[in-house]
Amino acid sequence: MTGTSEARDGRIGNWKVGVVTSIRRESASGRSITIDVPGWGGNIAGQHTDVRLTAANGYTAVRSYSVASAGVGDRIELAVDRLPTGEVSPYLVDTLREGDELELRGPLGGWFVWTPQQTESVQLIGGGSGIVPLMAMIRSHEASGSDSPFRLLYSVRTPLDAFFRAELESPSANLEVTWIFTRRAPSGCPRPAGRITAADLEAHGFPAALSPTVFVCGPTGFVETVATALVALGHEPSRVKTERFGGA
Amino acid sequence: MAVISRGFVGRGGEVNPDLPAGQYLTADFPVLSAGPTPHIETVDWQFSIRTDEETLHTWSWDELHALPIEDINTDIHCVTRWSKLGTSWRGVSLDTLFATVKTTDKYVMARSYGGYTTNVPLADLLGGQAWIALEFDGDKLDPEHGGPARLLIPHLYFWKSAKWIHGLEMQSQDEPGFWEQNGYNMYGDPWLEQRYW
Amino acid sequence: MVEPIDGNALAGPLSDLFTFDPTTASARCAGCGDVSVLARAMVYGEPDTFVVRCANCDDVLMTIVQAPDRFCIELRGMTWLKIPR
Ligand SMILES: Cc1cc2nc3c(=O)[nH]c(=O)nc-3n(C[C@H](O)[C@H](O)[C@H](O)COP(=O)(O)OP(=O)(O)OC[C@H]3O[C@@H](n4cnc5c(N)ncnc54)[C@H](O)[C@@H]3O)c2cc1C
Ligand SMILES: [Zn+2]
Repeated sequence: MTGTSEARDGRIGNWKVGVVTSIRRESASGRSITIDVPGWGGNIAGQHTDVRLTAANGYTAVRSYSVASAGVGDRIELAVDRLPTGEVSPYLVDTLREGDELELRGPLGGWFVWTPQQTESVQLIGGGSGIVPLMAMIRSHEASGSDSPFRLLYSVRTPLDAFFRAELESPSANLEVTWIFTRRAPSGCPRPAGRITAADLEAHGFPAALSPTVFVCGPTGFVETVATALVALGHEPSRVKTERFGGA
Repeated sequence: MAVISRGFVGRGGEVNPDLPAGQYLTADFPVLSAGPTPHIETVDWQFSIRTDEETLHTWSWDELHALPIEDINTDIHCVTRWSKLGTSWRGVSLDTLFATVKTTDKYVMARSYGGYTTNVPLADLLGGQAWIALEFDGDKLDPEHGGPARLLIPHLYFWKSAKWIHGLEMQSQDEPGFWEQNGYNMYGDPWLEQRYW
Repeated sequence: MVEPIDGNALAGPLSDLFTFDPTTASARCAGCGDVSVLARAMVYGEPDTFVVRCANCDDVLMTIVQAPDRFCIELRGMTWLKIPR
């Protein structure tokens, strides 16, 4: 390490070394990874971290991942979906093992966040792995005993693609969960499989008149469709917060 | 010391002696973009070369297609580290376009639909080194890869091969374009690894 | 990557430069005058290079090029940046 980067020690943006403590399968292509990161120091729900991988020849690759956990302490949970042709996600999903070291910086981002001090209604809308920062909000909401009303619309291809399925199938009293299946709905599901529409937002989301804060997260195409529909339904653009995960 | 990630190779984790330093081979054609993709109808499309305030040489889509169209087989190298070997293109040579243009200026600013700019020495556009490319791999260029037409200067890093090319402007000095102002090298020779300032 | 992400994602790369979280700072677009937090801007580009555009008019607000030995950051598209303290 050079002198200048040593002088910057202690800042949020410094790379910290975490150790993977456990890995859990979430879906066919995704898993959650629990990491102990000395010096992390807790995070607010909705924040993310940058992960840096280094190859033996020194080549590095950096990507952002939302943190699924919230609160104090140095233990965090990430959840990653494998993009088959990607560089970093297949490594995190297929190669990384318990006990491996991982470099991270964070907690990052003070905008796409929810804190228990907020009392207004909150509408969460996630597509695929876009559930991750919303999960941190749901957990923070429950852990803090907040009585602000929460609703989640979670869009996934099939039931098997859902992250945090067990946790979301038995939500707490202040949380209402609506599932949207885009490719295959389970039998008995009244809504036929298909992409999210303005009608879904209208039927299951908080109405614009209630001025909820809305958090939308997922692949860029999904976020843009939802954000446009929300504004068309009368939601104040400044109350709609987005986190785009990108897309080819 | 950085932590080595056990089992991680990544796209740049292997050295390939056949490629310029720091490059890796890809079979795909990754799309990089600095902004929204402009969609330009060929009826509205125009290409021009400006030599001074008064003199503008212009070509419509049809006029360009009336010129000789060459087959180009070449390797390309992107500053984001991918290289692609043996790509095939079709396009009009800049030699053909400059045949009727008189200028004493030695430098060129390429301008694209959407506002992108990049600078090149005129000498690098002539002598069978550069084209206005209209087709890639047997198909017309799709907008994501710079269609309807892009500049193709394969001996320089690929950011010089401006997508959505709209025109060239002669300049007496080598002024920096979009990336060149913001950190990329003025010239961009991949074999000399001229990535940044 | 073709599709843009939100300015939120700049929190990491910019943490090398700022001691505060710049993504919650508001910036005025020199092109259209729109004032918005950086987290709402549209970010294009690769992991090492970012083009940050105004969400309202698509003009370039800022570019960030992370070379191995230095950072090149260009802010010509902003009239100002207001930082919460
Ligand atoms: C703030 C933020 C939070 C995020 N949180 C999460 C999260 O919680 N969980 C999660 O799973 N994801 C999350 N993401 C997405 C994540 O950062 C990565 O983009 C994702 O994991 C894909 O990375 P990758 O390295 O696997 O793919 P990349 O290598 O980045 O490739 C992405 C796509 O582009 C194509 N591509 C790009 N370059 C090339 C090339 N040179 N050659 C060939 N193909 C190429 C690939 O085919 C692929 O389809 C988040 C993103 C952001 C911005
Ligand atoms: Zn603007």
